[in-house]
Amino acid sequence: MNKPLLKVEGLKKYFPIRKGLIGKTVGHVKAIDHVSFHVNDGETLGIVGESGCGKSTTGRTIMQLLEPTEGVVEFQGKDLTKLSANEIRAVRRDIQMIFQDPYASLNPRHTIGKILEEPLLVHGGGNAKERREKVVEFLKIVGLSEYHAKRYPHQFSGGQRQRIGIARALMTNPKLIIADEPVSALDVSIQAQVLNLMQDLQKEFNLTYIFIAHDLGVVRHISDRVAVMYLGKIVEITESEELYANPLHPYTQALLSAVPVPDPNYKKEQIIIEGDMPSPANPPSGCAFHTRCPFKMDVCTKVIPVLAEEKMGHSVACHLYTSESNDDIERKKQLEGCL
Amino acid sequence: MNERKKLLEVKDLQTTFFTDSGEIPAVDHVDFYVREGEVLGIVGESGCGKSVTSLSIMQLIPSPPGKITGGEILFEGQDLLKKTEKEMREIRGNDVAMIFQEPMTSLNPLFTIGNQMSEAISLHQRKWSKRQIKERAIEMLKLVGLPRSEEIMKEYPHQLSGGMRQRVMIAMALVCDPKVLIADEPTTALDVTIQAQILKLMRELNERMNTAILLITHDLGVVAETCERVVVMYAGQVIEEASTEVIFNNPCHPYTRGLIQSVPDMRNKKDRLYSIQGNVPKPGSIEKGCRFAARCESAFSRCRAETPELYRNSDNQQTRCFLYDEREGVISSNEQTIAKS
Repeated sequence: MNKPLLKVEGLKKYFPIRKGLIGKTVGHVKAIDHVSFHVNDGETLGIVGESGCGKSTTGRTIMQLLEPTEGVVEFQGKDLTKLSANEIRAVRRDIQMIFQDPYASLNPRHTIGKILEEPLLVHGGGNAKERREKVVEFLKIVGLSEYHAKRYPHQFSGGQRQRIGIARALMTNPKLIIADEPVSALDVSIQAQVLNLMQDLQKEFNLTYIFIAHDLGVVRHISDRVAVMYLGKIVEITESEELYANPLHPYTQALLSAVPVPDPNYKKEQIIIEGDMPSPANPPSGCAFHTRCPFKMDVCTKVIPVLAEEKMGHSVACHLYTSESNDDIERKKQLEGCL
Repeated sequence: MNERKKLLEVKDLQTTFFTDSGEIPAVDHVDFYVREGEVLGIVGESGCGKSVTSLSIMQLIPSPPGKITGGEILFEGQDLLKKTEKEMREIRGNDVAMIFQEPMTSLNPLFTIGNQMSEAISLHQRKWSKRQIKERAIEMLKLVGLPRSEEIMKEYPHQLSGGMRQRVMIAMALVCDPKVLIADEPTTALDVTIQAQILKLMRELNERMNTAILLITHDLGVVAETCERVVVMYAGQVIEEASTEVIFNNPCHPYTRGLIQSVPDMRNKKDRLYSIQGNVPKPGSIEKGCRFAARCESAFSRCRAETPELYRNSDNQQTRCFLYDEREGVISSNEQTIAKS
């Protein structure tokens, strides 16, 4: 439980903005900018944030589906960014991915049997008979039946397709599964089924998950630790219980208060932050959140706050918790008063 | 609160889609009403008929294949289904307006916001001068909280963010002071912080302008925060109707109960989520019995043989379940205790 399975350090992914006939690079979209975290063996790390915060890019860059601009992705002691294409393919047996859209991520021309067999063909998984047996075994594990192997993706409902996506990810016995919004396209009742399945599989196969989602309720349910991202950076990372009980970053606080709670008797203090997320092509100076932050100070517009440990295992990137001038302490008190 | 007049009343509405693979009753004998100034929520999962219901009210069902095959839609006592298309066009926008889920696809990318706002106004206020129209458009954009509204008038939809586009849609829907605003999943495509802004705006508009809102959503959290009364739909039918308080504190239909329990709660963590087994049935696939029987934990023989009606179990709650049929008597109370435990 304590050994990090995956360590990400200073990960950056910049997409060039090209303009004109010759495609001159005129700027960069900083999709993820200096992201560092680790994932322990057997745990679930949730990554939350709104659209455009870079959470999906983080997942894809770890998988090496996108080549990182800078940084280290260390998986079981190996730096994935330095491996050749062939070596990466071998590592992907241990890192698999589940995608958001079960409609788009399954080839409509292939039967489910063929879709599930494919990873075994790529990674060398026994002869034809063994492969077929394994397909049937995993169909049953995710709650489908043997006869489903002969069917095509369009014959399944959204929830069943996501089960197929999960089965496909499991075929190579991976250690780490990166799930990118695996339940956000599903109805609530089906979402609960898939979440329960993922939890069962984690216990059964000792899986480690990176669970990327925008739904804070879902993330809390499944995660041991949670990282909150805003505009390409991690602004807060801690144990799931701690984050929801004691959010430190003003963005996390606003995010948590914005989630509608299905209970009309529950009265909460709603912090509604104004405005929209700025464009990652042209991020604000200093702290990226200062344009919307209710506790903005002068220092926020100039200096980029670094992610630092505020309490045991609770890191936050915010000037409210770093510089300790009188003014700040005053604001901090105010902040605590608001909560 | 109960003295408020019923503004919009849907009675026994049936909307059927005639497809190659047969007739699909997407909305099947649906009844509900919206009172003046009220916020009514319709919740359900995909395929339950909630969007088709709202499109039927506006008579925007694509036809063919869809057709309203029966029932009445009364707006201030007049049946909208008996109106001609020309009369309907007067009502749409003027009395009943609608906003949609995807603010990008419901705005025309080739015209400026000002252009589209003015069109909406001039269609209903034919005698107004250009200047009056422009002033009204800017006033509405300010009302929905858009900064620099005069510049936005000259901008195109792609220059705005999702939240701003949805504000423009709301402004456009409200230009003629409609009495009812139908909002079909207005915040589903938006991020939570933006969703909170839009929901707050809708609550404020409801209070300030006394516009009744029919809010269609799949998100129970949104319902709990915004609506006064809730209609729960399943497989084309209304299966429960009650005030928001009652729906969440005393959900009676096994489906409503299951739905509320399957939402992961942010406030306390459960080891395991409750989940309703099985899938939502395809519309029209169940001919006999209760549509939820196959997935229901409390189903008994009668559920598979007969179709339940909406039973009134208190002044402000109706449930389509045999557990609440008085004739069930003893069985009912037994089953109820089993179901609740």
